[in-house]
Amino acid sequence: MTRMNTKRIGGAALAVALASLALTAASCRRQGGKTVSVVGSTSIQPFAEVLADEFHRVYRDIEIEVQGGGSTAGVQAFMNDIADVGMCSRNLKKGEAPQGRPVVIARDGLAIVVHGSNPVNDLSVDQIRDLFSGRAANWKQVGGPDRVVRPISREEGSGTREAFEKLVMKKTRISRKALTQESNGSVKELVRHDPGAVGYMSLGLVGTEIKAVRIGGVKPSAENVLNGSYSLVRPFLFIVKKQPRADTQKYLDFVLSDQGQRLLEKEGLVRAK
Amino acid sequence: MSQPQLDIAAVEEGPGRPAMSEASPPSQGPGPQRRLKPSTWWSRRSDRVISLMLLAGAMTAIAALAVITAFIFKEGLPLMLEKGLSDFLFSSDWYPQEGKFGIFAMIVGSLAVTLGAMIIGVVFSLSCAIVLTQFCPPRVVSILKPSIELLAGIPSVVYGFMGVVILVPLIRTHLGGPGLSVLAASIVLGVMVLPTVTSISVDALQAVPRSYREGSIALGATSWQTTWRVVLKAARSGIVAAVILGMGRAIGETMAVIMVAGNPLDVPTSPLDPVRTLTSNIAMEMGYASGDHRRALFATGVTLFVIIMILNVIALTVSRRRAVRSKAR
Repeated sequence: MTRMNTKRIGGAALAVALASLALTAASCRRQGGKTVSVVGSTSIQPFAEVLADEFHRVYRDIEIEVQGGGSTAGVQAFMNDIADVGMCSRNLKKGEAPQGRPVVIARDGLAIVVHGSNPVNDLSVDQIRDLFSGRAANWKQVGGPDRVVRPISREEGSGTREAFEKLVMKKTRISRKALTQESNGSVKELVRHDPGAVGYMSLGLVGTEIKAVRIGGVKPSAENVLNGSYSLVRPFLFIVKKQPRADTQKYLDFVLSDQGQRLLEKEGLVRAK
Repeated sequence: MSQPQLDIAAVEEGPGRPAMSEASPPSQGPGPQRRLKPSTWWSRRSDRVISLMLLAGAMTAIAALAVITAFIFKEGLPLMLEKGLSDFLFSSDWYPQEGKFGIFAMIVGSLAVTLGAMIIGVVFSLSCAIVLTQFCPPRVVSILKPSIELLAGIPSVVYGFMGVVILVPLIRTHLGGPGLSVLAASIVLGVMVLPTVTSISVDALQAVPRSYREGSIALGATSWQTTWRVVLKAARSGIVAAVILGMGRAIGETMAVIMVAGNPLDVPTSPLDPVRTLTSNIAMEMGYASGDHRRALFATGVTLFVIIMILNVIALTVSRRRAVRSKAR
């Protein structure tokens, strides 16, 4: 008798499981035509999610699916037709996504950050390169106190790192001694506690506990990024097809609209135009 | 109905059985038990079905191991051979964008951190194990042992976080350097391997026959002399196995190490230098890597795999030698 019961319960559970599976599959298919997938840079991801939420409030019938994975992965997903939109937090390299059209959705300043007690307020791009390449191993060499320089970099493949290498390091390698951290947050945490540290991170995320230095006399601020006087700027790109689908186009239009741009500004980015 | 069948089963299995079970290993199946219950067609069949199911379950574990091994070797080995084994293992030029993959600094890093962790971990675990088995009233043991074992249940991120928040600033202000260092990683890992090494060492020490200890005391040795010269000597191979298992755990740990080691590409020259281990290298870069870079990370995994295999083989040999010796006794 008990065995019968177990069997019956098992059967019921199986039926429920199957039914729910079928339902999920059906609902997926129903949404299939109306889902825009946005894949790529982890730097843009949080902003794209905010935009998607806001967008969904206006267009109830279009689903936006945002995924991370990194700039390179985003471009690849776009090229393989897995994603409708590729997110990329650096300029495209030659030969990347030839069938796509890169659209600048916002700009992000790259801040060079030091400990709050560090008297150095202003650095040239050459000096920054020396600090990170190891040629300047002491802050004395760039007009600071007698203190060891500890450069803090990001992991290989990070969009922030690639933008930094392109804008500052050019062909020079980042020193092997540079500490490597996995996120803007942990770079900030290290710089906050280490008087000798120097790091780079997204300008929108600097906050007040650490100091972002002037580059060649120019203060790192949203206005200076917008008017072009601050030199360390990287674009946040959406890569879309030359003739995108109607719903993809709607999302893109929303992102570039005044409402979308204002949302990005509020989150700490700089307008595209 | 079932009465005659029981007899038949007994008769069927009866003859020849005792003689055979002497010679053959016990893999022949549950012989003696079967005679105890009524053996119907179904119960005989279900026996076989269940044992087959259990076998399949056991095989899954082995299959998983085989698949993982095959996969990482397939992904990683070709690149190691392409770039040259010595270039891959003995160069510290890790510049994935330029196609340079040298993991020497990380091998040194992994070994340095593991060595440090073992020095710290073994000193504390062994003291724990000795106190718990030789000098401790049972009441205290019943509190101490579970609390040490509880350490094993703390997630590694928590260890890493404690390291970053407490240990790293301490090292930076009192000893110098960036704080993120071989020393910090060793201390964190040392604490993490403590439960493993302690509990296996405790088992090894408890397995030493009581008569050894009694004999030594009877000959006039002090309690400490007995522990040091007799009990520890007798449990030596078990303790070695414990240490090697702890080593495997230390070398494979990732999360806590990423947080406290600093992860530069340089070969560390002092305990206060930051360091990148094989595991952190894989974990940090896997998210972005594609093409050769990805394959190089798999090759890093192959290297780690081989190192851990070597450690495991040593551990197995040591503990097997112990088993053989105790049988000979």
